[in-house]
Amino acid sequence: MFKSSFTTELKEWKYRIEKIAEEFDLDFFPVIFEVLPFDELNQIAAYGGFPTRYPHWKFGMQYERLSKGYAYGLEKIYELVINNDPSYAYLMESNPLVDQKLVMAHVYGHVDFFKNNYWFSVTNRKMIDQMGNNGNRIRSYMNKVGYEEVEDFITNCLSIENLIDFHSPYLKRRNKPYETEIEKVESKVVKFKSKGYMDPYINPKDNSKDVSDKEKETKVVNFPENPERDVLLFLIEHAPLNNWQRDVLEIIRDEAYYFAPQGMTKIMNEGWACFWHSKIMTAKILSDSEILDFAEHHAGTVAMSEGSFNPYKIGLEIFRDIEERWDKGKFGKEYEECYDSIIRAEWNKNLGLGREKIFQVRKIYNDVTFLDEFLTPELAERLQLFSFWKNPYSADYEVYTREFEKVKTNLLKQLTNMGNPIIEVIDGNFRNRSELYLVHKHDGVDLDLNYARDTLMNLSSIWSRPTHIETINNKSKIFYSWENEKFITTKI
Amino acid sequence: MVRKIDTDVSRFKKIVKGQIKKNLKKYIKQGELIGKQGKDLVSIPVPEIEIPRFKFDFSKGKGTGQGKGKSGDKLGQGKPQDGNGEAGETPGQHILEVDVSLGDLAEILGEELELPKIEPKGNNKIKSVKDKYVGIRSVGPESLRHFKRTYRKALKRMISSGTFNPENPMVVPIREDKVFRSWSEKQIPQNSAVVIYMMDVSGSMGEEQKEIVRIESFWIDTWLRSQYKGLETRYIIHDSDAKEVDKETFFRTRESGGTKISSAYELCMKIINDEYNFAEWNVYPFHFSDGDNWAGDTEKCIEILTNDLIPRSNVFCYGQVESLYGSGKFIKTLEEHFADSDDVITSPISNKDDIYRSIKDFLGKGK
Repeated sequence: MFKSSFTTELKEWKYRIEKIAEEFDLDFFPVIFEVLPFDELNQIAAYGGFPTRYPHWKFGMQYERLSKGYAYGLEKIYELVINNDPSYAYLMESNPLVDQKLVMAHVYGHVDFFKNNYWFSVTNRKMIDQMGNNGNRIRSYMNKVGYEEVEDFITNCLSIENLIDFHSPYLKRRNKPYETEIEKVESKVVKFKSKGYMDPYINPKDNSKDVSDKEKETKVVNFPENPERDVLLFLIEHAPLNNWQRDVLEIIRDEAYYFAPQGMTKIMNEGWACFWHSKIMTAKILSDSEILDFAEHHAGTVAMSEGSFNPYKIGLEIFRDIEERWDKGKFGKEYEECYDSIIRAEWNKNLGLGREKIFQVRKIYNDVTFLDEFLTPELAERLQLFSFWKNPYSADYEVYTREFEKVKTNLLKQLTNMGNPIIEVIDGNFRNRSELYLVHKHDGVDLDLNYARDTLMNLSSIWSRPTHIETINNKSKIFYSWENEKFITTKI
Repeated sequence: MVRKIDTDVSRFKKIVKGQIKKNLKKYIKQGELIGKQGKDLVSIPVPEIEIPRFKFDFSKGKGTGQGKGKSGDKLGQGKPQDGNGEAGETPGQHILEVDVSLGDLAEILGEELELPKIEPKGNNKIKSVKDKYVGIRSVGPESLRHFKRTYRKALKRMISSGTFNPENPMVVPIREDKVFRSWSEKQIPQNSAVVIYMMDVSGSMGEEQKEIVRIESFWIDTWLRSQYKGLETRYIIHDSDAKEVDKETFFRTRESGGTKISSAYELCMKIINDEYNFAEWNVYPFHFSDGDNWAGDTEKCIEILTNDLIPRSNVFCYGQVESLYGSGKFIKTLEEHFADSDDVITSPISNKDDIYRSIKDFLGKGK
């Protein structure tokens, strides 16, 4: 589709960087680099890296924003790398060589992370092909039932694409212990004492069957049986959809699950890539004249701009801190229980376990567990972390606190469920009128009302019956409903 | 080649146009489009259209930032960026500038205000001549030689005369083979229009009044430009004397003298008589003032209007902008005199909210 100009010079650098990455024990999929002019790069970036994706106006909007951003010099894309085997990475043609090297080194960090981090283990490594197929299927539906109808339906699906159970791909629930219906029922039936061969006559089967039927009638069956966090799955299984609609919804759900690990490991993934690009670049890749440029761009990437939270910086600093601590043995009971700050600062047991530890961390952690375990008070202070809020009295954004425990708890809360509210289906037959009943598990922050209203509207057009969500607003329980083309709020 | 992204971009723009239409009143009132006008495009700031999701009300939660400052310190201008995706985004945070062509904008304006198409006068009188390459002929200048056809004709000739050698496929056209493009002249009817803006710049017209005139003239231009092939605009300012100025001066000048409206009408007549044959041109005089006029001058104005200006114009429009000092009498006089006339449109504009209605007043008659 696009013409790439991966020059021989870049190719040579690619091999050298790859070799150094291997020497550092990075383990990655083959990487294919494409060099593109900014406009084509913007196109690919607008599609989230997949140029063959299904058509939708949101990609057009993305593209408009990227092109405007580039034209005004506000932003440009430095790196774009796709979790796929082989991995694809895009370089911008107009970048100077030192930037290209930096991006390539950075990319190898990401690809190593994609391949080895546990949370990526369930992603489709042939996603480029899959996206192409998805795109073709959706295009064929558009030809059959009409462009706008399909596009509107996609919009409705995208509106709830965050209502999936991010952890479900990693769970393998054991089947329930074997127990047949009959056995269960029989244990409840009063049996007359009988000899084995007489049993069928003294305690006829019919008797026990009657009881089991009655059991079934009286037992209230929940629908769904347990609250369902994968709302999309529930809709796929139970919403009255056409075949094409069900397929579109499945595609949106698959893509949401594919992208989820990238959201779950944003800080780690960027930190890891920054960690390795600076290691690789300073090991025999830079020419003397490039050092300053590299330092500048590296510093730009991990800069702390006043007030804002930089995942590159946080991730990088934590990885560096872990390496140092495990090199010096600053962990374990003895260290934790030492309260003398001077001894703590000078603690060094020359264990040299740092490198091994960070590789282990990149394998099994995600952002929540990573920060929970490795964000120490010392680090938070060095990174100048704080919590901010919108002061309800002055309506200004203000520093709320710098207290470590509060800042950390708040940060973890923000990252939980990738910053999405936790929402479950608890009843698909509410009021016995097949209305959909969702519950928002409130943990301190209210839902945005305007967004909730529009989302409910889109959801009910998929469910084609009224939909409700139970939540808490200003400390009182409340019920938002979309019924008869109207938004209704009911206090409980 | 149509790029894949183009389809998505045009779908997006279609949605944006819907948004602009919905918010047209607001855009008209604020006049923010005018500053962003290019040659054929207007940059319109639209809030990014977000697909709704269930998400947290950010203003009630807490975010995480990095930097200096103690509890209670304000965080710079606006909202701090938050690296954690969804949690940190407030609606309407991203403003997207979308380029819309003036033609599209006129279309939106027309649909939303239900403006009728203008029936131009002087139909087909002015014709512009355009050359169109439509055929071929056997003589002509080398620069117009039709390469492919010439080559084909030569090939045909060589094959039929047996001089073509497939081993050495050389084709040499001779004079008879040569084919040239030919053109014919096409006459395209063209309706031309001229808008003559007149504005009172005496002391009583303040900044806000001028802003209103500026916004109105932008939309009037946009609409008329969509209706006529060529649109010319002229600007006249007046206090007790009138003079013609360029567009920039028109909106900037402020004089302190008295007001004599007839001076502007006289100058307007002079321009029409000298430069625009009213049988061929569609003439639109627009006059804006706060309604103050020098006592005794009003009669003269009516006289010029009735005898000269109105017969030569498609329609004469008068917009009276309310100001603190103006007496606002002039509009009443006009209304009394031309109550039965279709050729005079008057519209009082008391503030920016009225601009929308006033544009409809002026353009709604389809004249």
